[in-house]
Amino acid sequence: MIHFILNEEEISTSIPPGMVLLDFIRYHRHLLGTKIGCREGDCGACTVLVGKLLDGELHYESMTCCLMPIGNAQGKHIVTIEGINPAPGVVNGLNPVQQAVVNAGATQCGFCTPGFVMSLAGFCLSNKEATKENAIAAVDGNICRCTGYKSIERAAEKIAELMKTRKDEAPVKFVSEQNILPAYFSSVKSKLLSLTNDQFLTSLAGRPVPDSHPDSYRDPIVVGGGTDLYVQKHDDMTHADTRFLFDDPALKGITKEGNKCVMGPSVTVTDLKNSAIINEAFPEFQQYAKLVSSTPIRNMATIAGNFINASPIGDFTVFFLALNAQLVLSDGKSKRELPLRKLYKGYKQLDKRPGEYIERVWFELPGKNTFFHFEKVSKRTHLDIASVNSAISLSMNGDVIAHAGISAGGVGPIPLYLQKTSAFLRRRTISEEIIKDAIEMAQTEISPISDARGSKEYKRLLLGQLIKAHFIHLNHPGGE
Amino acid sequence: MKNKTTIGKNKLSLQTGGVEGNMDAYTHVRGESVYLDDIPIVNGTLYAAAFDSPVAHGKIKYLDTAEAEKMEGVIRIFTAKDIPGENQIGGIIPDEELLAGTHVHFCGMPVALVIAVSEEKARAALKKIEINIEPLPIITDPREAKEKGELIIKPRTFLLGDLDTAWQQCEHIFEGVASSGGQEHLYIETQGAYAIPQENGTIRIYSSTQGPTAVQRTTARVLNIPMNKVEVDTTRLGGGFGGKEDQATCWAVLCALATYHLKKPVKYSLHRMEDMRMTGKRHPYTSDFRIGLNKELKIIAYEATFYQDAGAAADLSPAVMERTLFHCTNSYYVPNVKATAYSCRTNVPPNTAFRGFGGPQGMFVIEAAIAKAAEALGIPASDIQQRNLLQTGDEFPYGQKAESEANECWSKANQLYRIKELQKEVEAFNAKNKWHKKGIALMPVCFGISFTKTLMNQARSLVHVYTDGSVGISTGAVEMGQGVNTKIVQVAAKIFSIDPAKVKINTTNTYRIANTSPTAASAAADLNGKATEIACQAILNRLKQVASDELSAGSGGKLPVETIEIKNELVYENGHVTGLHWKKLVMETYTRRISLSEHAHYTPPGIHFDAGKEKGHPFAYHVYGTSIITVTIDCLRGIYEIDSVKVVHDFGNSMNPMIDLGQCEGGIVQGIGWMTMEELIYDQEGKLKTNALSTYKVPDIYSVPKEISVHFLDTKKSNLAIFNSKAVGEPPLMYGIGAYFALRNAVKAFNPEASIPLDAPMTPEKVLMSLYPVSVPANL
Repeated sequence: MIHFILNEEEISTSIPPGMVLLDFIRYHRHLLGTKIGCREGDCGACTVLVGKLLDGELHYESMTCCLMPIGNAQGKHIVTIEGINPAPGVVNGLNPVQQAVVNAGATQCGFCTPGFVMSLAGFCLSNKEATKENAIAAVDGNICRCTGYKSIERAAEKIAELMKTRKDEAPVKFVSEQNILPAYFSSVKSKLLSLTNDQFLTSLAGRPVPDSHPDSYRDPIVVGGGTDLYVQKHDDMTHADTRFLFDDPALKGITKEGNKCVMGPSVTVTDLKNSAIINEAFPEFQQYAKLVSSTPIRNMATIAGNFINASPIGDFTVFFLALNAQLVLSDGKSKRELPLRKLYKGYKQLDKRPGEYIERVWFELPGKNTFFHFEKVSKRTHLDIASVNSAISLSMNGDVIAHAGISAGGVGPIPLYLQKTSAFLRRRTISEEIIKDAIEMAQTEISPISDARGSKEYKRLLLGQLIKAHFIHLNHPGGE
Repeated sequence: MKNKTTIGKNKLSLQTGGVEGNMDAYTHVRGESVYLDDIPIVNGTLYAAAFDSPVAHGKIKYLDTAEAEKMEGVIRIFTAKDIPGENQIGGIIPDEELLAGTHVHFCGMPVALVIAVSEEKARAALKKIEINIEPLPIITDPREAKEKGELIIKPRTFLLGDLDTAWQQCEHIFEGVASSGGQEHLYIETQGAYAIPQENGTIRIYSSTQGPTAVQRTTARVLNIPMNKVEVDTTRLGGGFGGKEDQATCWAVLCALATYHLKKPVKYSLHRMEDMRMTGKRHPYTSDFRIGLNKELKIIAYEATFYQDAGAAADLSPAVMERTLFHCTNSYYVPNVKATAYSCRTNVPPNTAFRGFGGPQGMFVIEAAIAKAAEALGIPASDIQQRNLLQTGDEFPYGQKAESEANECWSKANQLYRIKELQKEVEAFNAKNKWHKKGIALMPVCFGISFTKTLMNQARSLVHVYTDGSVGISTGAVEMGQGVNTKIVQVAAKIFSIDPAKVKINTTNTYRIANTSPTAASAAADLNGKATEIACQAILNRLKQVASDELSAGSGGKLPVETIEIKNELVYENGHVTGLHWKKLVMETYTRRISLSEHAHYTPPGIHFDAGKEKGHPFAYHVYGTSIITVTIDCLRGIYEIDSVKVVHDFGNSMNPMIDLGQCEGGIVQGIGWMTMEELIYDQEGKLKTNALSTYKVPDIYSVPKEISVHFLDTKKSNLAIFNSKAVGEPPLMYGIGAYFALRNAVKAFNPEASIPLDAPMTPEKVLMSLYPVSVPANL
């Protein structure tokens, strides 16, 4: 059984936990304001808000429910557009977010509109500073094909102004007191607390355990955020044998142990963005993360998911390859440690045994003499998969490179650690000549193919440019 | 970021009927607007899924559906042999089968239709269908198709002046090739339909279509039943952009076919990847041009040959091709023109209408020709553009004389935005910055309003005034975000002078309004609005007559009808308020057994076109405008941003500035998308590689111009638009073409030697490859 709160209603359902929340919302609950646009998290028409208790506090994040298995709704508050419509009797029937959208003329055909409204409501429920930029960032995962974005920007600006008076108040309290969202939001926390006190909540989670009959054992499908799995295997997932790791508290968290940063595999990109440890180690992390997918996807996508889906272009795979991240793999009984650089054996081929899952990820935090940088170019700068991406980590000893790690995605069948190029850079003094040679060396390590993300010639040129960009950035951080 | 919008001093309240913005916004933001997939499901509904060809061209050797038919929940699988009437959905030319009979002509061509008790089971059965196709040669290049004689229709040529002589008088002549890519509509609501059987063999079809009559007509043809047994109903579309003008039909007819046989409701709402794979897009074009200028930079000769990639069947391609010819000289007067167009049959899904309908493709070529001339002459293209803008009285290549606002828009843009200064700012920036370069381009636009097929310029409106004073209106227009329903409410509210809240627009339904033209060509508000105006006026005249009779009763003499006026729901006599008001008058009219309903017909006067001579007066009027686009490229990475689009646009006298601004801004961004990141890639086998939102990229909120300024041209000229409020759906899209040329100029600023093919879209890949033409990276 899965138990959660949908808008104001407590739900207990025995439908397969692998089914996506979108189908449950639309076809089981007939809440038709949540729209289907693409079923791959790329349009935001199905955006809902997901409220979750964290350390006793209620936090909301936007998610695209087309990629969210209902198993990941366990013990949470799911909010659809129907759940933020003002109660009957409220003057003019619109909340201030909706009113701002109407006043700005920020809706044309209207099909994407509920998704935009939900994302903007998500901004109001977040702890983000009330700026126009942050309000706009909240809709970075929503596509409007009538392309009325300028009017949406104007609506976002008004909504940011609305939130300016919040100060330090808890967002949930503020929005329900100010009638921005319905009053019932203020009682959700206690309802969720009673829900999560029940033991059934853990029944879906839990890491895979080897079957007692090894012959009949079939690896269950391990689900993190679902953002890639549900794109690749949508039709198979509803009735699959699934294990949900997304909310397993033991698999979350970002901590510092000496010089090491240790992360649970279910850490999301948003968790990384919000981590003081990560932001201190990577001062430009917010800019990097902005280039990776969109707010709702970042709220769902996990780092282990990024590693295991083995996309040759995974942004955080490339990011952590340069940092020589280490994985702790477990099958429930024994553990082993494997460098991320050794995980990939071929296109979508992993050094991972059946039943094994990533239990931990750790990496050495860059020291003060270490320069790190991440570059990504895609056809559309945001909310797109890279044509080529690359990360670099250089430990400097004065002018000399003591240690180099450089990675590249989109230029081979697997996310690449450029071993030869990295080795070449070691003990070199940076000069134009050396950079040029490094670029030439990198060309010998890659084997890009022509596809929808670019021709192989382009990808070769682009990787060279990104390596150049790393070094230009090293010399002129913050501007070129 | 700046967002400036200036609205000319229109008399807002009089012009708008008291309505601001789109009246659908309320249900949109509450998630209560009803789209196809939101229609409540009738008990016993079955679900359809199409099995489509995996091969772009070939002969079907066998099709085996036996395994699929055995699957649990599968009701039946239909193929071409189950079609009781004609297996034919071609609108202009009968050259497209609903379900492939013996041959397949494109990847994605429907071959069989699975009907099952659920969507999931229908889709599961698709995987069990086996097909064996003997491959035939595949053509994906329109020029190759033309060489092989694969033409949809005979080529057409528009001629003006004496081109042979004109070439002799040219000081400069340039020629080249220009290509523009296709564009996926990507309406966020995918294609879909829901057919429900009624008594006596009638079928009601809910369809997400811009053309309910096309659905009705085609269903009747395929099922061999009369049109009066097919009711097509459309509430609204979650985006259309032309993609649901002709190509919504197939899915509706497939559902109707299953309903016809099974006597059960059948629904099909396409998955995104099915939709992208199986439906046609904006036509890619490749064209040859030759342009001749005299010493004063007047374009005195222009020749263009267009090769339109029509895809595997005609669809709307002949009409799209025609509009390319109509707009081949964009906003310029060229006295000597020869423009020829070929509609080339290839093995990709039949390409179709898309906002602009071939116009943008035609305009792109002359802009490319001007850019090439300007680059060779070392002057800004704007120097050529400005000198050649249409003046009132200038003749288009098709014979119509211009009622031009081209110079007015350009001068106003210059006055507001100071073109030369903007150009200097760009130069100054480029002189200072190494890794970032700016480019600027102007894009004037002239777009003709009317269906170029003259007979389609007709519309009807059915207006009922109910005894409580509320008003219900049905027209042939389909609401798809352009706000046509709101504009029709405004028409009725204005004519009757009543609260717009009293007016309700009903679904578009072929039982209420017959023989409609599709909602297309930017003309729906004009045609259906004018029909509504006529209907309302007729009812109003009867109401006034009743008021006159009623008020005369106590006054002895007969009050002339002309002295009666209704203002804000009150009845005035000679300017004096009377005891009568709207509701009372309506009831009185009913009591006197006088009709409170009217069905009116409108057709714009004065339009005609002789396709034999290729001359006439096809357009009711033209829409004009000028835009200035500035971009910045990152010369290290090849990525770019659109800094600003500054526009002066001829809205006529806008009846709804908020809707019209939305159309303008939206059109601009969609046009920029077409010119920049939206890239359709078919492989040699005719398979679409960019078949999902993850590979086909449309603008997101961060890729829009940082600034869009739209100035509403203040104009007093009258025109044939509804209340002088000019059509706005398509024209602004073409401002986006300027983005291509601005990017080109920015690349040239970094690498003056760059030889950049005139080939849109200008993706980051093309930018980078033009910045560094040699594959070895340049020095730091």
